[in-house]
Amino acid sequence: MLETLTGRFARIVKTIRGEARLTEANVQDALREVRIALLEADCALPVVKDFIAAVREKALGAEVIGSLTPGQALVGVVHRELTRLMGEANVALDLATQPPAVILMAGLQGSGKTTTTGKLARHLIEQRKRVLLVSCDVYRPAAIEQLKTVAAQAGAEFLPTDSGEAPAAIAQRALEHARTRYFDVLIVDTAGRLAIDEAMMREVRELHGLLSPVETLFVVDAMQGQDAVNVAKAFSEALPLTGVVLTKLDGDARGGAALSVRRVTGRPIKFVGTGEKLSGLEPFHPERMASRILGMGDIVSLVEEAHKQVDLEEAQRVAEKLKKGKGFDFEDFKSQIQQMRKMGGLSALMDKLPAQLAGQIGPGQTGDERQMRRVEGIIDSMTPAERRRPELIKASRKRRIAAGAGVPVQEVNRLLKQFEQMQKMMKMMKGGGMARLMRGLRGTLPGLR
Amino acid sequence: MAPAVLGLADKPLNEKSSWTARLKAGLARTRGALGGGLGSLLGRRKVDETLFEDLETALLTADCGVEATEALLATLRARARKEHIEDGAALKAALRETLLETLAPLERRLEVLAARPFVIMVAGVNGSGKTTSIGKLTKWLQAQGCSVLLAAGDTFRAAAREQLVAWGERNGVPVVGQAGGDPGAVVFDAIQAARARGIDVVVADTAGRLPTQLHLMEEIKKVKRVAAKALPDAPHEVVLVLDANTGQNALAQVKAFDEAIGLTGLMLTKLDGTAKGGVVAAIARARAASGAVLPLLFVGVGEGVDDLRPFSAREFVEGLVD
Repeated sequence: MLETLTGRFARIVKTIRGEARLTEANVQDALREVRIALLEADCALPVVKDFIAAVREKALGAEVIGSLTPGQALVGVVHRELTRLMGEANVALDLATQPPAVILMAGLQGSGKTTTTGKLARHLIEQRKRVLLVSCDVYRPAAIEQLKTVAAQAGAEFLPTDSGEAPAAIAQRALEHARTRYFDVLIVDTAGRLAIDEAMMREVRELHGLLSPVETLFVVDAMQGQDAVNVAKAFSEALPLTGVVLTKLDGDARGGAALSVRRVTGRPIKFVGTGEKLSGLEPFHPERMASRILGMGDIVSLVEEAHKQVDLEEAQRVAEKLKKGKGFDFEDFKSQIQQMRKMGGLSALMDKLPAQLAGQIGPGQTGDERQMRRVEGIIDSMTPAERRRPELIKASRKRRIAAGAGVPVQEVNRLLKQFEQMQKMMKMMKGGGMARLMRGLRGTLPGLR
Repeated sequence: MAPAVLGLADKPLNEKSSWTARLKAGLARTRGALGGGLGSLLGRRKVDETLFEDLETALLTADCGVEATEALLATLRARARKEHIEDGAALKAALRETLLETLAPLERRLEVLAARPFVIMVAGVNGSGKTTSIGKLTKWLQAQGCSVLLAAGDTFRAAAREQLVAWGERNGVPVVGQAGGDPGAVVFDAIQAARARGIDVVVADTAGRLPTQLHLMEEIKKVKRVAAKALPDAPHEVVLVLDANTGQNALAQVKAFDEAIGLTGLMLTKLDGTAKGGVVAAIARARAASGAVLPLLFVGVGEGVDDLRPFSAREFVEGLVD
């Protein structure tokens, strides 16, 4: 079976984990993985090539921020580039015109035009538009019947047509009907056609000329392979497309076609379709799709979180101490715990880590957050002098601290013991990433068994 | 029903054009779009690294997938070294042979066995072309001298039954179905009806479903179970319809449907477009590795009722390479 993109990217993160910065060599290896990952997700080869070039340029010398590993930083770059490729922000339908606003649907056979037409109708009806649906698909058996049923489900008006009628005549009649009956929106469904079928492409161009639609939407199957570029190109050359609808996205979490299509048509993906229910139409957000393609979007929020929450100076000060392996005291320990808490606690942190990385730290380690609070309580019960010099803490101080924190003396003992081990371990960890730090913490922190 | 009403008669179907010619014509378009296909790529060139890189591009672009492409290239490289292949033409022959080796095991003719009725169950993702393929398959079965009954097992999608009924009328075969009913019940009824009327073959349509929709995958398992209740051993063939436009997701589709309902064959549709269906090579490799070859019974090359042909590895490879 195909390895998922998640696995691939986790491996990338692993390979260049622990390296201080992104260099020509480690980026090269990682990008080979990215290339394979994207190809397996059915991104078109030319698009992949351009994309890799762009990422390489941006990644080289990129700063590795805070507690992120270079691998994670690279994924950050990949994510940003993916988002950029797919058009940065959501673009909504633009129906600002003298009503009726006409929407023309076009695409290959079986891409999901009719279902999408119904979904779009429902979407617009929810915005209190009066919607008229009409089918110009006089070719496929029962296509008109299908739209009629879908229209009824969506609560849209349906203009009956006959498969003996010419598509152009239907369009004319529908436009007239929509105009005289004061419809806000007219959605015209068309037959599926191959981009190389000249007669059919001429027909849809003619329909476009007759209807002068404000939106011409190209409907494309998210599972489409490498040929998506050719098809998208042909359609965008034949028709002035205004947007793309990506369908059947639930069939494939990878949906690499999203990348190719946006790139080739130069038109924004406006909606994505999931499921056959009429509610399964969502505005497209490039950012979220990028996360989805990577299968590890949470790393990105981790990057953001790290930017937002981590007090860089404080982190650097502690990191410095960690590097030297000495002078790490209970103050620093506490500040580490607090930083971690700010980022949503240990379990939230673990959730945001990619599967493989979290797996390295080991399952069931995120357990008892309460234990962490107890540790904090114990540290809070120490005097500043004790925190800086734990060796001061003898029997009577232990009793006082235990009483202050409301824990048995044994727990104070355990913490002191663990802290001692931790200090030793700190010496061994130089320039390690978050995963390494956390793995190191295993067995030392009470909450981390 | 007049053909004009169905809109298929106006399609320029060249009656005389052979099957190979038509497939080639379909694939030629792709090559045009690629700016020269594998054939011209290999023309008179010297065999060097750039040529292999171009080959890789071409194979990847044909949806062969990373793994199958790498395997094909590794084989080719080895052969080129061993047999001292130095010019493009010889490499092309080697490529053709390698592809043929990969695809030849997929060839199998659909045999309507002694079972009466012989039940063929058709599954696939949404929009892969199940219903259209059934229409064409019906015509093919009739040409083999079989009487056919269709079961409108897609009780979910709007007007799916009407679509199948239209194909039934076109071929003059009965269609069993009920709107919004249980697909299992429809298939059960259809098998009973076929038995009562002494019909040879039942072709059961099912609703399109994505492998990720687990509840629908459960549903199709049930359809299969119910078919077996109506007639032991049924369904005799379980065919997955794949859209040639599909990329590497086709592998996931094959795997998921096979696990759910135990596939016995594939149909590849929409080969008349610019997509080449190279994913078949990826599927062939994946299946060969597991030792369970999944034959490709038919390929679809158009919307016309005659545009369904038994798969021939040689023709397919020729269409791809020449």
